[in-house]
Amino acid sequence: MFSRAYRTAITLPPLLWVAVFLLVPYALLLCYSFWSVSPSQTITHSWTLDNYRELFRVNVYLQTLFRSMWIAARVMIFSLLLGYPLAYYLSFYAGARKDLFYQLVIIPLWVSYLVRAYAWKTILGSDGVLNTLLQYLHLTKHPLEFLLYSPFAVVLTLTHIYTPFAVLPIYAALEHIPRNLVEASSDLGASPLQTFWRVIFPLSIPGVLAGATFAFVLSLGDFLAPLLLGGPSGIMISNIVVSLFGAAYNWPLGAAISLCMLLLVVSLLFLSEKLEKKWSFR
Amino acid sequence: MELPVSAVRSTSRWLPWHVIVVFGFLYLPIVTLIVYSFNGSGVGGFPPRNLTLDWYRMLFADDAIWESVLNSLIVAVTAMAISLTFGVPAALALDRANFPGKAFFRRLVLLPLILPGIITGLSLSMLFHDSHVKLSLLTIVLGHGTALISVATTEVFAGLQKLDRAQEEASLDLGANYWQTFWRVTIPNLRLSIIGAALLIFTLSMDEIAVSFFLIGRDNTLPLEIWGRLRRGITPEINAISTIIFVSSLVAIVSWYRLRTNAENPEVTV
Amino acid sequence: MATTTEPVVRSARSGLQELLSIRNIAKSFGKTRVLRDISLEIAEGEFLTILGESGSGKTTLLRIIAGFENANSGEILMEGERLDLLPPYRRRVNTVFQHYALFPHLTVEENVGYGLRVAKLPKAEIAARVTEALAMVKMTAFAKSKPGKISGGQQQRIALARALVNRPRLLLLDEPLSALDANLRRQMQVELKSLQREVGISFVFVTHDQEEAMVMSDRVALLRMGELEQVASPREIYSHPATAYTAQFIGHTNLLRGEIRAGIARCNSLSWKVGLPEGPALFSLRPENIRIVNPETGSDVNAVTFRGKIQHQAFHGATELLQVVCADGLTLSVRTATRETRQGDLALEFSPTDAVLVRESPERG
Repeated sequence: MFSRAYRTAITLPPLLWVAVFLLVPYALLLCYSFWSVSPSQTITHSWTLDNYRELFRVNVYLQTLFRSMWIAARVMIFSLLLGYPLAYYLSFYAGARKDLFYQLVIIPLWVSYLVRAYAWKTILGSDGVLNTLLQYLHLTKHPLEFLLYSPFAVVLTLTHIYTPFAVLPIYAALEHIPRNLVEASSDLGASPLQTFWRVIFPLSIPGVLAGATFAFVLSLGDFLAPLLLGGPSGIMISNIVVSLFGAAYNWPLGAAISLCMLLLVVSLLFLSEKLEKKWSFR
Repeated sequence: MELPVSAVRSTSRWLPWHVIVVFGFLYLPIVTLIVYSFNGSGVGGFPPRNLTLDWYRMLFADDAIWESVLNSLIVAVTAMAISLTFGVPAALALDRANFPGKAFFRRLVLLPLILPGIITGLSLSMLFHDSHVKLSLLTIVLGHGTALISVATTEVFAGLQKLDRAQEEASLDLGANYWQTFWRVTIPNLRLSIIGAALLIFTLSMDEIAVSFFLIGRDNTLPLEIWGRLRRGITPEINAISTIIFVSSLVAIVSWYRLRTNAENPEVTV
Repeated sequence: MATTTEPVVRSARSGLQELLSIRNIAKSFGKTRVLRDISLEIAEGEFLTILGESGSGKTTLLRIIAGFENANSGEILMEGERLDLLPPYRRRVNTVFQHYALFPHLTVEENVGYGLRVAKLPKAEIAARVTEALAMVKMTAFAKSKPGKISGGQQQRIALARALVNRPRLLLLDEPLSALDANLRRQMQVELKSLQREVGISFVFVTHDQEEAMVMSDRVALLRMGELEQVASPREIYSHPATAYTAQFIGHTNLLRGEIRAGIARCNSLSWKVGLPEGPALFSLRPENIRIVNPETGSDVNAVTFRGKIQHQAFHGATELLQVVCADGLTLSVRTATRETRQGDLALEFSPTDAVLVRESPERG
């Protein structure tokens, strides 16, 4: 139906822009990861695998990567645990107030990330709201130190940020389940709990996978929360990258780490997509 | 559809409590921020005392902040224009055209959404570094515009699925050419998606840090200005500006929702 | 389950036990009254069709029996026990849904065995009963397929097997054939009927298609705007419709409006003897009961005769439907065996006994 000219007009401009501003930069990233930095702080374009060797040789990089993955995993689990029942309530119980509750879930997403992370900082600090409240209620005598500048604070904050990201795809998946399937299950003798595990949950798995992927991948690459709240024990892989592009001036090494992260994220997305297809019955 | 009472029973007892707890968790920081923006003794400390508007007064006198707000607005509007200009055709292309590398293109466009922002940011900074382009608001604009194309593409693509192809066919049948059909039929039908995408892009750009981090020159955007101050220590002024940001976001999303429900359910007057 | 020794109440099929007793069921959605005071008995082993237009409340009634809706008032008893107080998953009732509602993530086999697995029956028994059920609906070859891969008619059979395998006391069918094309539909009507005979349990079938209801049912319950218009066997409801609505909804009819005075019924220029009380009257006269007078034998002595001019002729295959206009302006439909095109004036007759007195069907608020 659409003419050649039409199709070219809608394809070419975005293709060109994306090629220049996305493809080329990522390609540059690839190149940089094979270059090196000279002692006089300039980038030399000599091809070498040294950066990658460095990654595996020096412990801190792998350690931080694994710590980041562990933090991301916890955020993913908590987001799902908090988010799934919420999505379920929204889809099956909210009735006339469904729209209102949906908006309530989305609103925090529209409020600045920085602002929310900063808010947790004021809540969790030793002079913060939580500690002074606990002391005010005489539940504790001294401020709890672990609340801030720890992996705990990072996981808490990131769970707060990414729970709505988990809720939305799960909600979408639950909404897609035809209600007559729930009635059919009940008709055939299944109690509400049985209906949930045998019918509703299996059909919601693609949504769960999508939400889990968002929460994990976005947490993995986060650099703000650890910087604000993580303290020395809460440093994540992105912080290392940032410092390599800042004070520690080693662009090639930073590029190498970034590329690894990119590959990791892309493989996770690929895996998630495959699993979602397997569990999708439409 | 609601499940009749007889089909569900025992689960419903703990579920409402869970919902309340989770909403409480989601809104606790926001509420704290707002309450403490009026707290005379600054951040922290419980209970809040000395209600005051001092922090807001300080905020309004703070020139640097307002300059950064202006910069952010300029960036957001320009980025919005770029994202829509390239995102809408991209969505159309994915919907209606076949070309080599289409699958790759689709993934590439969506990548900045899920990839950590800093990777997109530093890749772009490498590009500018190697092409000897100085970092400035322009580079930030280019960064936001590119990264947020995916938002426009996703929203518009979803809107295209709901678009009745027959309307465009009817337009062509009645004598309009492709260009006319595009402006008279396609775009009006996508109005809702485009506005939604625009709003989302604007909001995301105003809040953007990760990509901007590597692309700023001399002029700060609002998030980066706040960020700079945070490094120097917490001031309650931040609470005040945060409250303002929250209220404006709230207004934006509520009006967006109103707009959308009115468009989808036009009121019938009898 | 204890069998009652009480005599059967209000069941058209004498000698059959009463299975389900629906008493004074009423249901409103908001301000709309969907069902008003429905009372009905369903006998064991009978095929009952609830027939009605869309909006008549037939699906709501079915869903109340299944347990997906709660009535506002009234009760339902199954073999003496209150059925309406039980949730759907505890009723010995199963449903075949309008769009089949097969579980897309389970195979055909797993779908059919679902109710048995939920009841935690031993694996061997489940396997045996599933095999039996699949054979009964002739879908054994598709046991391992997924619902998404089989046709609508095949899905419908699986939905049936899935319901019947649980050996319910009552099977509810919510317009299960409406999504099938005409030929497949006719074939399934026959198969469903013989299946019901074979299995021997009560079927409650909901449809808007009056022909379907006639073909399949032991009894038909005609529902109009939330009330039962008439409950009778297909033959009875066809030959002796109780109301004008019934006469018109089921098959074609001519409605003759007139008056009875001194034992004579008069409708326009037609008149005949009746043993009915005086007053205004409405008669239903089926088109096939109006005959063209055989010129050789002449008209029947007891018949009512008149002349009519053919206005319109509709070809229906084996029969034709003629529209004739009488001298006084009365328009009647006449059904005859097909001949070549007829012309002009006809001499027509009908027996007085074929004019059935019916009640008016008033609008309901």
